[in-house]
Amino acid sequence: MYDVIIIGGGIVGCALARELSRYRIRVALLEREVEVGFGTSKTNSGIIHAGHHAHPDTLKGQLEWIGNQMWDDLARDLNFGFSRIGELLLAMQTEDLNHLEELKKQGERKGVTGLEMWSPKRLRQEEPNLSHDILQALHAPTAGVANPYEACFGLIECAQQNGVELFCGQSVLSITREDDGLLIHTSRQQFRGRFILNAAGVFADQVAAMVGADDFKILPRKGEEYMLDRRLQGIVTRLIFPTSTASSKGVLIIPTVDGTIMVGPTAEDVNDREDLSTTFSGADKVFTAVRRYCPAISERDTITEFAGLRAVADSNDFVIGPSPIKGFFNVAGIQSPGLTAAPAIATYVAKMLRGEGLVLDEKTDWQAKIEGPPRFALMSAEERRAAICRDPAFGRVVCRCELVTEAEVLYAIKHGARTLDGIKFRVRAGMGRCQGGFCTSRVLDLLSSTLGVPLTELTKRGRGSELFYPRDDRIAPGGGL
Amino acid sequence: MKSPPQKTYDVVVVGGGPAGLAAALGAGDAGAEDILIVDRETEAGGILNQCIHSGFGLHHFKEELTGPEYAERFIQSVLSRQITILTDSYVLNIAPDLHIEVISGDYGHLQVQAKSVVLAMGCRERTRGAIRIPGFRPAGVMTAGLAQKMVNMKGLLPGRRIAILGSGDIGLIMARRLMLEGCEVVGVYELMPFSNGLTRNLVQCLDDFAIPLRLSTTVAFIHGRDRVQRLTMAPIDDQLMPILNQSWQIACDTLLLSIGLIPENELSTRLRLKMDPATGGPQVTSTLETSLPGVFACGNVLHVHDLVDFVTEEALRAGRFAAEVARGRRRPGDNISLQTGENIASCVPHSLSPDREQVIYLRVKRPLKDCVLTIGDRYEKVFRMLIPSEMIRLTLGPEILDRYFGEHLKIEVHPGEVKNG
Ligand SMILES: Cc1cc2nc3c(=O)[nH]c(=O)nc-3n(C[C@H](O)[C@H](O)[C@H](O)COP(=O)(O)OP(=O)(O)OC[C@H]3O[C@@H](n4cnc5c(N)ncnc54)[C@H](O)[C@@H]3O)c2cc1C
Ligand SMILES: Cc1cc2nc3c(=O)[nH]c(=O)nc-3n(C[C@H](O)[C@H](O)[C@H](O)COP(=O)(O)OP(=O)(O)OC[C@H]3O[C@@H](n4cnc5c(N)ncnc54)[C@H](O)[C@@H]3O)c2cc1C
Repeated sequence: MYDVIIIGGGIVGCALARELSRYRIRVALLEREVEVGFGTSKTNSGIIHAGHHAHPDTLKGQLEWIGNQMWDDLARDLNFGFSRIGELLLAMQTEDLNHLEELKKQGERKGVTGLEMWSPKRLRQEEPNLSHDILQALHAPTAGVANPYEACFGLIECAQQNGVELFCGQSVLSITREDDGLLIHTSRQQFRGRFILNAAGVFADQVAAMVGADDFKILPRKGEEYMLDRRLQGIVTRLIFPTSTASSKGVLIIPTVDGTIMVGPTAEDVNDREDLSTTFSGADKVFTAVRRYCPAISERDTITEFAGLRAVADSNDFVIGPSPIKGFFNVAGIQSPGLTAAPAIATYVAKMLRGEGLVLDEKTDWQAKIEGPPRFALMSAEERRAAICRDPAFGRVVCRCELVTEAEVLYAIKHGARTLDGIKFRVRAGMGRCQGGFCTSRVLDLLSSTLGVPLTELTKRGRGSELFYPRDDRIAPGGGL
Repeated sequence: MKSPPQKTYDVVVVGGGPAGLAAALGAGDAGAEDILIVDRETEAGGILNQCIHSGFGLHHFKEELTGPEYAERFIQSVLSRQITILTDSYVLNIAPDLHIEVISGDYGHLQVQAKSVVLAMGCRERTRGAIRIPGFRPAGVMTAGLAQKMVNMKGLLPGRRIAILGSGDIGLIMARRLMLEGCEVVGVYELMPFSNGLTRNLVQCLDDFAIPLRLSTTVAFIHGRDRVQRLTMAPIDDQLMPILNQSWQIACDTLLLSIGLIPENELSTRLRLKMDPATGGPQVTSTLETSLPGVFACGNVLHVHDLVDFVTEEALRAGRFAAEVARGRRRPGDNISLQTGENIASCVPHSLSPDREQVIYLRVKRPLKDCVLTIGDRYEKVFRMLIPSEMIRLTLGPEILDRYFGEHLKIEVHPGEVKNG
């Protein structure tokens, strides 16, 4: 019997797991995919929003700003990439000027610090590659960028280090009520829990429906993102936002925490919860929009693209709290700014659990920090020498584009990477210019030898995405030709 | 950890593929004493190690060898000359003073000083991102070179029913290989109205196996969440954009990409060498020296070759010139710059000197019939047919240039100027 079972290992589930690992309770996290962070939390813009965008009367508006302020500690403790690079919201038309003023006021009311209007002259000095037609910009220094999947991996590693049990490849199929709690049936086994936190992202309404706690609907809203070549590194140094529309914050220019430039996302309502496809029309929208404020960006510089689904609840706000079913909590409808808000969501939910009678005694030996993965590319020459002396695996380069060594890949496998994507997202092998052309076979060899799994069983991101097939021995060499 | 071979070398060669091996031999021929080859793989030979088909060496050895056989001959000569090969070692950085930082599984972090450097890092394949195919991102989409490595070196198949986008040589060779392995190859699809492969590969790899080649066609959408299930194919318009209302679908589990190679120029750009956007590699003089004195380039890192024999020839020369510079001898500098005309896609080297025989490699932009190739008013040669996928090699004797007094020479191909006969 667990005190708390979390369903879903996205940023929200992982943040909940770490938060609850502070207390003397038994916690499990169940994730459908083979690794955590493979849902929406891996396919987003990675922005820690400045805090002024969402309205203070909404839950997302409150948790956005509280969450924003928690990221410095989180990134330091969990050793992932995070940088407060600031945001510029652009006014391109006279109508937009009002909107900038309103947002500035809204931010100040929420306590967001440092908001400042920039004249075209200032803007040109600071960001010379932006269009010269911009009338004014609202600068928000509190905005940052983080590596969202590194954050997930760090959160869960910390949670596990403090006793949370992680079960991957466990899709929750049904939930039944029992006298003293709830019984979860997954694709593999059963789990009993007193409290269940439903953090299943775009599937949260379906999971809630398993106990009849689905008084909300999730309407997936797709966003396509386009990653650009290193050539454009530094073209802007801050997050660039156009003046926004009702359904999204518009197409942004995002200098990611790794230094590459990304543009996107689109915002399109879709019916299919697995529709992660990119489209011609999506690309067209993104690049047409971006060229208006940064003419030097071209579609030709795309090195990779992806899409993610925002889990928008029909109320258009986060759905967080107890349900009519005793012990069952929804942590659902976590659309943007869900990444930003995730750490605040976790403390908010912990407080609610306490209110519902869960005793939360702090552990005395709780460890906030994790060692975190080594990053050869970021080491100084001296550190590199020392690392190779310590472990010769640092002397073997696996991915040349991002300069990733064998030691880093082995560390990732030790900490839960099971798939090619898992390695890619943890160590960046395969994310650079050659997109895995060179490192794929080495990474697969390392996965295969470390895990003792034949190459033909290795996948891109879980069952069904096997990468290579065995030779068919029934066919004679020469194929009968 | 073994004690590192840390010292000053006459010539350090980065990359131990056919270019690097020949460059080291060329340097040895020209009298360089200490020569080091660094390669990040566990064996020298470069990309040839995965090219188990035959067809290598027809020019250089006048016999038909497989890739590994071709490489082996050079590796043996290199070893017999006491040239040091450091494998499983990666050149991290080259400083402008030719101080080189290497990391190595065996030796850890090494620093060596070179008197001259030959860049021979080869090339890499263009990937899905470079051509922006919309759709899902399932397993089963990979470059033809990766498939070649997995099939030939690991005995694994990329899939069972395969479509190939791009008609580059690696794709054509993989079409045949996969047929021989018992896979079904549904077709090869090419964006351009002409193939990007060598004619001999079109015949021996596609025609002989009845694999269809569809020109002016592209993949407009990849279907399948986990593994490729289907592709939407479409003809393209004159802007190279798919005409979606004429699209059709094909069922397959794999999409191989053979959509071009680009020089591996991480080190070249970090050294801030002057680059040539047409080749994607550095600009070089007639001695294959880059814009940084003492740094030479050859093979696919300089410009993508279709025949390894030309790689060898070019690299032997690069090695020789690098050794000369290392030993303090410099040829007179170039005084004629080469300018390309509108039908020329790329041309190497970028300048010439009248004092010795010059070798020029070039490619045309599109297939051209019955043409005359001219170099200023100094040189003319007639060609029945020129295609972009076959590199043209010319030699200019000193007699052609030694009475030329201009600073520029324009190189151009004039199609349709040859009358019958
Ligand atoms: C294009 C795009 C850009 C965005 N940009 C930003 C941004 O810049 N800043 C920001 O703050 N927010 C952003 N967001 C929003 C942010 O990404 C999300 O709010 C956040 O990732 C939601 O996290 P989650 O944990 O709720 O969901 P998820 O990451 O989707 O996690 C849910 C998990 O539940 C699992 N699951 C589902 N069903 C089951 C089941 N039956 N059994 C077991 N497990 C199950 C899933 O596999 C998944 O891992 C963006 C979103 C999108 C789509
Ligand atoms: C996938 C692929 C398949 C091909 N198949 C054929 C074919 O079938 N037939 C044909 O005629 N041509 C083929 N080619 C073209 C072929 O590459 C050339 O003819 C020839 O091999 C080029 O020789 P090279 O020495 O310039 O490059 P390569 O053979 O690529 O050798 C470059 C070497 O440099 C090493 N290297 C790179 N960077 C570093 C670094 N920083 N530190 C240390 N070492 C480094 C690499 O590991 C590699 O061993 C193929 C090319 C590719 C990419």
